[in-house]
Amino acid sequence: MSNDISVGKAAPGCKKVDPILVADNVTRQFGGLTAVNVDHLEIPRGMITALIGPNGAGKTTLFNLLTGFDKPTTGSWNFEGKDLAGVPSYKVARLGMVRTFQLTKALSMLTVMENMRLGAQNQPGESFFAALIRPLWSSFEAKITARAEDLLKRFKLDAKQEDFAAALSGGQRKLLEMARALMSEPKLVMLDEPMAGVNPALTQSLLEHIKDLKKNGTTVLFVEHDMHMVRHISDWVVVMAEGKIVAEGPPAIVMKDQAVIDAYLGAHADTDLGTVAIKVVKEKK
Amino acid sequence: MDWSLVIGNAAAELISPTTAAYALAAVGLAVHFGYTGLLNFGQAAFMAIGAYGFAVSVLYFGLPFWGAVLVSLLASVAFALILGIPTLRLRSDYLAIVTIASAEILRYIVSTTSLASVTGGAGGLSAFAGEFYAMNPFPEGNYLFWPFDVTAKDLWVRVVGWSIVALATLLVFALMRSPWGRVVKGIREDEDAVRSLGKNVYSYKMQSLVFGGALGTLAGIIFILPRSVQPGNYGTGLTFFIWTVMLLGGAATILGPVVGSMVFWVLLSLTDGLLQGLVNQGVITFLTTDQIGPVRFILIGLGLMALVVFRPQGIFGNKKELQFNV
Amino acid sequence: MNPLTLSTRGKKGSIRPVAMWLGALAVLFGMLFSAAPASAADEASNPDSTTFSIGGIIKDGETLLEGVQILVTGEAFEETGTTGADGRWSVVVPNKGEYSVALQLETLPEGASLRDEKKATKTVTVDLVNTVNVLFALNDTTSTGEAAGEGSGAPQANVFLGRLIAGLNLGILLAMAAIGLSLIYGTTALNNFAHGEMVTLGALLAFTLNRILGIDLIISAVITMVLVAGSGWLQDAAIWRPLRKRRVGLTQMMIVSIGFSLVVRYVFQIIYGGDTKVLSQGEIWDIFGVPTQAVNVISAGIAVVILLLVALFLTRTRLGKATRAVADNPSLAAATGIDVESIIRIVWVVAGALTGISGVMLGLFVQASWDMGFSILLLLFAAVTLGGLGTAFGAAVGAMVVGLFVELSTLVIPSDLKFAGALIVLILVLLVRPQGILGKAQRIG
Repeated sequence: MSNDISVGKAAPGCKKVDPILVADNVTRQFGGLTAVNVDHLEIPRGMITALIGPNGAGKTTLFNLLTGFDKPTTGSWNFEGKDLAGVPSYKVARLGMVRTFQLTKALSMLTVMENMRLGAQNQPGESFFAALIRPLWSSFEAKITARAEDLLKRFKLDAKQEDFAAALSGGQRKLLEMARALMSEPKLVMLDEPMAGVNPALTQSLLEHIKDLKKNGTTVLFVEHDMHMVRHISDWVVVMAEGKIVAEGPPAIVMKDQAVIDAYLGAHADTDLGTVAIKVVKEKK
Repeated sequence: MDWSLVIGNAAAELISPTTAAYALAAVGLAVHFGYTGLLNFGQAAFMAIGAYGFAVSVLYFGLPFWGAVLVSLLASVAFALILGIPTLRLRSDYLAIVTIASAEILRYIVSTTSLASVTGGAGGLSAFAGEFYAMNPFPEGNYLFWPFDVTAKDLWVRVVGWSIVALATLLVFALMRSPWGRVVKGIREDEDAVRSLGKNVYSYKMQSLVFGGALGTLAGIIFILPRSVQPGNYGTGLTFFIWTVMLLGGAATILGPVVGSMVFWVLLSLTDGLLQGLVNQGVITFLTTDQIGPVRFILIGLGLMALVVFRPQGIFGNKKELQFNV
Repeated sequence: MNPLTLSTRGKKGSIRPVAMWLGALAVLFGMLFSAAPASAADEASNPDSTTFSIGGIIKDGETLLEGVQILVTGEAFEETGTTGADGRWSVVVPNKGEYSVALQLETLPEGASLRDEKKATKTVTVDLVNTVNVLFALNDTTSTGEAAGEGSGAPQANVFLGRLIAGLNLGILLAMAAIGLSLIYGTTALNNFAHGEMVTLGALLAFTLNRILGIDLIISAVITMVLVAGSGWLQDAAIWRPLRKRRVGLTQMMIVSIGFSLVVRYVFQIIYGGDTKVLSQGEIWDIFGVPTQAVNVISAGIAVVILLLVALFLTRTRLGKATRAVADNPSLAAATGIDVESIIRIVWVVAGALTGISGVMLGLFVQASWDMGFSILLLLFAAVTLGGLGTAFGAAVGAMVVGLFVELSTLVIPSDLKFAGALIVLILVLLVRPQGILGKAQRIG
């Protein structure tokens, strides 16, 4: 089956027409357990890619590896052609590859606005000596504050800007974390379960935000268990099971793939993936 | 009992150079723990570096006053780097163990007999502040009013000490309102989150350790200007007192450590004076005057326990702004 | 893993197995002591029993010098020692502390002189070792002060062997306290800064029972062990359990333990005063040519047996396995039906018993004082960290390493820096292998 995204037929580890992130032979072992074992993976530029798989498939570990939060046992990967193996996580973020976390990491003792400002890159006032001289950074601060206000409006958090992030609901914190990640104007956003814990009333607008990102040219890679969301907004789906990539392709086709259904549902293989809401217990750290 | 003496002594602690030194060391510790979340249990070491760096520079190397201050600060930066480079990547409780161990190592080194020709060994060092007092612009005489009446010499060390405390407090105030302060406060809460936003967390922790340590070193110099250097002063007890002072006022507040130091010393002096009086008058019979010293430590210990459990944010702190989650 | 979210269900702790276990220990303890060739308690009245002493030999070449006077001053104390026909001198000093030792040059016989007259006065620190030797080098050939023994004419000892035995002895005594600290850390993640005070409590209680009330040493030790175990239970019940219920953070708890340590330490000082209490007693055994106090050798033997029992307890009994399960993963343990709170309570009792008996033995080894526990606290932390935080076996290995290092390092560095040396090793190990010697690397994230 041909499509616009992969070179030739969609298959696990297939080449993409225009990849932004390419990983080769990335493995991670914990003791005797191989948590991740990815031979080859390419993430298409400008698209929304979903990374799905049952609990313990290694999705979050793969995220950690690719963003420098964990060290792989073997492997290499590059982002826009730049080799990222061994690059510390903060430099990965500076290159334009920004992630969020499965367990939300909103900084609850800072205000919503301070959280947002922290997301901005290149603020000269973040250097120790410049920090002491306000004129060196106040105009930049005004600029990022304006951008933050704009983003908060889009995420419907503008009324809360001066509140401590601790005062937000779980879903609002997810939104804040995503908005904060966007403050750096990343090229690739990696969202770890953006929908988990978000009020259903908010999910629709969250989906729209993600689609907006794509419109603005940002590549999105997200881990999700909500199959509605996966089907609804993703252009491409990568399926992991037991650390390996077991299937890849456009959502409509992958969801019908027998390997995926087996990996996901085991005994309940006769159920259509698109019609069940899969309740997920959060993976323990 | 002479009430005016007891109260006068206690009130005099408000402006004493020791109170200033503790305040400054606590401001430095607040930068470490209150704002950045670093568990530094070796603030006594930074103070010892101030004391010995200064005194040894003057007495052994014959450096002038400013040279000695500079040497102390350089030594403090070097110490922070040696401490921080390996440990700031590790779990936060490792930093606690390494800092407390380093402080003890330093204390053993300055007290060892084998280095007595440099550090004075167990006897410590004295007579190094001549140049400092020679700079005193105040003519001989008595200054201020009861209970703060002091000689010109006392006034000079108080003015210098408290000026440095004021400057340091302003500096911390400016830093914590700046984007730099925003980053370190973010690190206090969740360093992975801050890392994911492209900040070099390691470097910020290091800057915080160096800066707060330098304040501790200056505090160490202020502490010894009116007295001699005694190695016994730089044990873990000193670090714990600085923690008490910081937590008393509020670890993540600007003025907290300063007020904490004043409250700490006034209360200590008051209880000391009261107990002394009561024992002498035979009101308290289960203690002798020798046993009053230990009582103050018991009170500090109880205060520290109660404070941390019932009011961890301190006198001034906002509970929303400080949680112990490191 | 946050241990504060532990299950608190099940209020009734199963104290009984612990009591039985302690009882078994006590019996064994008694057997070992009474089996010892000379009951150490018989010697309690011996006035020559060791306190702290400073001594040495004055020799001019191979000639032993008699009648040379040495003035020892410090800690508000002053006494002159005179060498006997064997060239030996020894001064018993009242406390641990700093002393100045001055060779009275005018008392040297004709012709004998110091190699360096400036070195006629030396400063020594009496600390963990009962007897400090002072060397005065005389002109003719090298003269040395040698192991002064315990005031009697002990044979020339191999210095290295002496340090080795002292190090093993110290290590094994530290090991019991370190395991207590490690068990508490393992099950509650508390860095307990008040742990040293349980060591002190052990030593001071043994002093009170044995030296003040005149109770037999063995019985005193057993009573002490039970009392300190009870103090462990009390600490948990009065302080730590309420704090866990309040969900007080770990850093806060650590600071609470610092405050608690201050309180207890100075209460000890008020009750017992600031001086050193003499606890050790008894005859001297010759171990491979090294004069060693019999009571320390017996202590070490009992300690080994106790350590083996602890190992059996942790690996073979249901309770021990449950303890390790809680240390490994409290919420998982709770989910499998283990009553985490009662395990923690038991751990406090066991830790108290181990630490208390360690305190008694350390008291016999280095004498008892109000701050002795605090002064070895960092060594205990070093032991626990070296072995890998929270593993009991690791703590024992770590303690042996620390004990050996402390004593053997004095062969190359000044003895007043020996603690510093052990702490430097702690830091170096943390840098190279943060998980400790035996710890496993942890999964991050």
